[in-house]
Amino acid sequence: MTGNRTDAGVDTGIERHEYDVVVIGAGGAGLRAAIAAHDAGARVAIVCKSLLGKAHTVMAEGGIAAAMGNLYADDNWRVHFRDTMRGGKMLNNWRMAQLHAQEAPERVLELEEWGALFDRTADGLISQRDFGGHRYARLAHVGDRTGLEMIRTLQQRAVDLDIDVFMEFTVTELFRDPSTGSGGTGGRISGAFGYWRETGRFVVFESPTVVLATGGIGKSYQVTSNSWEYTGDGHALAMRAGASLINMEFVQFHPTGMVWPPSVKGLLVTESVRGDGGVLKNAEGERFMFDYIPEFFKKETADTIEEAEGWYTDKKNHRRPPELLPRDEVARAINSEIKAGRGSPHGGVYLDIASRRSPDFIRRRLPSMYHQFKELADVDITQEPMEVGPTCHYVMGGVEVDADTEQSIVEGLYAAGEVAGGMHGSNRLGGNSLSDLLVFGRRAGHNAAYHSMRTKQRPTVSAEQVKAASAAALHPFEVEGGENPYTIQTDLQDVMQRLVGIIRTEAELRDSLAEIERLKERAKRLSVEGHRQYNPGWHLALDLANMLVVSECIAKAALERQESRGGHTRDDYPTPDDGWGALNLVLTLPSDSDSVDLKHQPLPVMPDDLKTLFEES
Amino acid sequence: MGYNLKMRVWRGDASGGELGDYNVAVEEGEVVLDAIHRLQATQAGDLAVRWNCKAGKCGSCSAEINGRPRLMCMTRLSDFDESETITVTPMRAFPVIRDLVTDVSYNYEKAKQLPAARLTPRDPDGKRRMKQEDVERGQEFRKCIECFLCQNTCHVVRDHEDNKQAFAGPRFFLRYAELDMHPLDTHDRRALAQEAAGIGMCNITKCCTEVCPEGIKITDNAIIPMKERVVDRKYDPVVWLGEKIFKRSDRGTRSEEHGPA
Amino acid sequence: MSTGVRSTGRARIEEKTLRQDRWWLYPAVTFTVFTAFVVYATWRAFMGSDYYASPYLSPFYSPCLGGTCVEGSADFGTPFEFWRLSPALIILIFPLGFRMSCYYYRKAYYRSFWLSPPACAVAEPHGKYSGETRLPLILNNVHRYFFYAAVLVALVLSFDTVLTFRDADGDWGHMGLGTVIFLVNIALIWAYTLGCHSCRHAVGGRLRHFSKHPVRYRAWTLVSRLNADHARYAWLSLFSVAIADFYVYLLATGTITDPRFF
Repeated sequence: MTGNRTDAGVDTGIERHEYDVVVIGAGGAGLRAAIAAHDAGARVAIVCKSLLGKAHTVMAEGGIAAAMGNLYADDNWRVHFRDTMRGGKMLNNWRMAQLHAQEAPERVLELEEWGALFDRTADGLISQRDFGGHRYARLAHVGDRTGLEMIRTLQQRAVDLDIDVFMEFTVTELFRDPSTGSGGTGGRISGAFGYWRETGRFVVFESPTVVLATGGIGKSYQVTSNSWEYTGDGHALAMRAGASLINMEFVQFHPTGMVWPPSVKGLLVTESVRGDGGVLKNAEGERFMFDYIPEFFKKETADTIEEAEGWYTDKKNHRRPPELLPRDEVARAINSEIKAGRGSPHGGVYLDIASRRSPDFIRRRLPSMYHQFKELADVDITQEPMEVGPTCHYVMGGVEVDADTEQSIVEGLYAAGEVAGGMHGSNRLGGNSLSDLLVFGRRAGHNAAYHSMRTKQRPTVSAEQVKAASAAALHPFEVEGGENPYTIQTDLQDVMQRLVGIIRTEAELRDSLAEIERLKERAKRLSVEGHRQYNPGWHLALDLANMLVVSECIAKAALERQESRGGHTRDDYPTPDDGWGALNLVLTLPSDSDSVDLKHQPLPVMPDDLKTLFEES
Repeated sequence: MGYNLKMRVWRGDASGGELGDYNVAVEEGEVVLDAIHRLQATQAGDLAVRWNCKAGKCGSCSAEINGRPRLMCMTRLSDFDESETITVTPMRAFPVIRDLVTDVSYNYEKAKQLPAARLTPRDPDGKRRMKQEDVERGQEFRKCIECFLCQNTCHVVRDHEDNKQAFAGPRFFLRYAELDMHPLDTHDRRALAQEAAGIGMCNITKCCTEVCPEGIKITDNAIIPMKERVVDRKYDPVVWLGEKIFKRSDRGTRSEEHGPA
Repeated sequence: MSTGVRSTGRARIEEKTLRQDRWWLYPAVTFTVFTAFVVYATWRAFMGSDYYASPYLSPFYSPCLGGTCVEGSADFGTPFEFWRLSPALIILIFPLGFRMSCYYYRKAYYRSFWLSPPACAVAEPHGKYSGETRLPLILNNVHRYFFYAAVLVALVLSFDTVLTFRDADGDWGHMGLGTVIFLVNIALIWAYTLGCHSCRHAVGGRLRHFSKHPVRYRAWTLVSRLNADHARYAWLSLFSVAIADFYVYLLATGTITDPRFF
């Protein structure tokens, strides 16, 4: 349903709805969670900031990683698990990585059941493609628009099941009922508060469970592949509700984003370009990735051009080209090349597939990349190389959840997808995101439904809570002549890009924290013009609060972790450290403070039978 | 290099509105959506516009630019002369909410009326087998980003509000065609396409194909084949008899679905 | 009463369209050319003379089946001996029906003659619209039968083209400018006829499993290629058929003589 179906008067009181499970976010994880909760018999609502089917998942290009073994019979969940852990530099929650690898194939087949049309192998099975960090060709895909296929399939399934959808709707607050039991100090989750973006009308959801599936935080950075929705809403909602975040220092910069024209700077160039034969070259025409093979991956990476070339056709007897190292390695390498003055005219490096594959092959395998460059940059990728550079792409960190149920430390609050933390450790492998959404989306929805049914006495939302939430949401209208939220957002993006980017140092991180403090002060005095009906200035003012708290978490954790690992690189501590490698950094927001708290927590220990997987090879 | 772009942007809501004149500083390589965003950030903080990925993948920023239905994020300023005034209005086939944002719920209502895929059981090994050539036609249709520009430009509903009840529009004919061509689907939706979706109202003037930002050949590859399939069932006695008597059609034993009587 | 783009609730914009390009060009050109063709074809069809100049038979009159067919033109006899009007009127219904119900021509005439709509995002002038759900437009659904007929006509025209490799006395192995015109015309007629959407459907489009019918899939792929240029062939073959007829007219009236190559 959309807001325009309610009557437009904004002052006619507050709408109330009762559900068993409220899912916030309608990307891959949110939709999959809603479907699972529905299948378990719960009354479910999906709420999303955009129209249904527009979520950021549509931007995913490469594919869904799942060890189905359609092309390589040797592939199985153990290999996938091992690749995932190694990609995350062993900082992953082992249990999540295990469940993910085990359940992904079935989740993919389910999509097919609901109408997805994946590319096929010659035998008619789902085709799988190569990607960085994966030992075997493993990504189920549809050309280079896999995310679109996934979102459409799940959307059509949700519509088929007649699940209620609240579109263009923002949640600003989660409620807990302090009178109820074991959910920590604040009680269990009792509902959520939000508004129709279209009318500004307020809505209260009463629900014993909430599933967060809000995606990431990329909009805190200047150069990002993420859409406007990625303002860290779920991260911030969870913190304000008393839940904890982990691994927030790990932000993935995708090595290949567009660098020109300015209006699309940061826009993703899929890793499939490299999987399908594309190579990186600097301004001198040199394939520089051979100079950046780290010790950790030496054994499985080709160190000569001849061997790398052989791999595309004969994977058994050749090691992988270094262009297909995990994303963090490639992003750092590109960054170094640009800094050393060997970059392209617009400040990137060259990604060349034109000289290596036929125009037909490129257009067939990479149709949306072809389209994207043609339409937006006037570049024909079958004829010339692309200019690319690192772009903020994904946050590994997120809400700390139980690996099996996806419940946070707050009873009734679940998280799945990018907003959840732990699964990817310090660095996510390409293709593991879409499978993550499906596997943990389903688990979260399923468990939330059962939790809801087991709840004998439904927690309630009090009148005071609603009053406070609506006052907070209206606050930006009360300040007259304050600052424009767009300016503060731009300044925040500048701070994060400059001081908390790919390469970090203690001094810069300290500066960033001070800057963020100042921005927080300014944000308290911002004001918006106009009224509540479809007012982007107001929407941004509310999202800004989320971006600020999430940015503080990233900077704080980045300052604390004195080592370099995955998506966190410290110039002053350039190598990994075993001590830090056994620790998660946990962030919370104490209810009496507006500053983030940080503590150390040991990583869950992998059982011995899984440990052996890392010894054999 | 940068210059001042003259723009006319429709401001208003269902109760009325008008084209407002603006001057916006723009840079080389920018698209119309950039100009709208700059307008929003510097001159009109409450200018309502729907957008998302800014890369032509989500289909949110549909509008009419100089009267032509387009995605704002895929319309480069370099396509226009620097002295030209660019006029941006909301889509004109749907009710306006505010400024450039329209109420597209018509499309979501139509989506609900369409029965989803129902496949044959899996193979014994738990997988399904389909040949690439059998899924390719459907894959073209599934490139649809649901920008609803085809729905907006289709004169059947754009020029005739009263037809919205009986007509599902090009976006959903894509869907009917996709399901009818699905190699493993078990249902026959030809009757539904005709009765509930009103495919007979389409007079194939191809505007949907003309505006599709994904370049899907909506008319040639989906609507006309679907019309031909309806003819098989409804207007071609020979094919109809053949299907009835010999049961040798490639359609298999599909159960037929009908729309509400 | 406001309807269409001025319906209640929609953005209030008075203009029927804000398009600034020359959107009226396509309907205007189409209208002019089609009208000219119809006038020419009517004149020629009712004329009933000057359609045969050995070895050339005008495509408007082929096959010549009526009682008034001039000597040498009735290669298939005259089963309609009783028909005393122009023999073109017996067979012209088939190519005419084929083109009238053709999916491309439908677009062209709905836009340019009926203005429904004149161009994309330009409001149409009609208050009511029911598309092809009622008589007479529902009859367009029989396009495939006209296609079958059009194949027969095209076969006859191919036969006529073969006959143009004779001289005026009927001896084989000769060729003139008319032969070239007939060859081009028949090539375009076939490209248009085989690229028909109904043909595409019949050869393979109606299948669900291309993989089980490799030959039909191949045929469908070829027809699809022609089909992509259906509009172009519709126009070119329209011109070529008129030119072929006019050429015969010029020969038959003695205005020109056919340049012979050998």
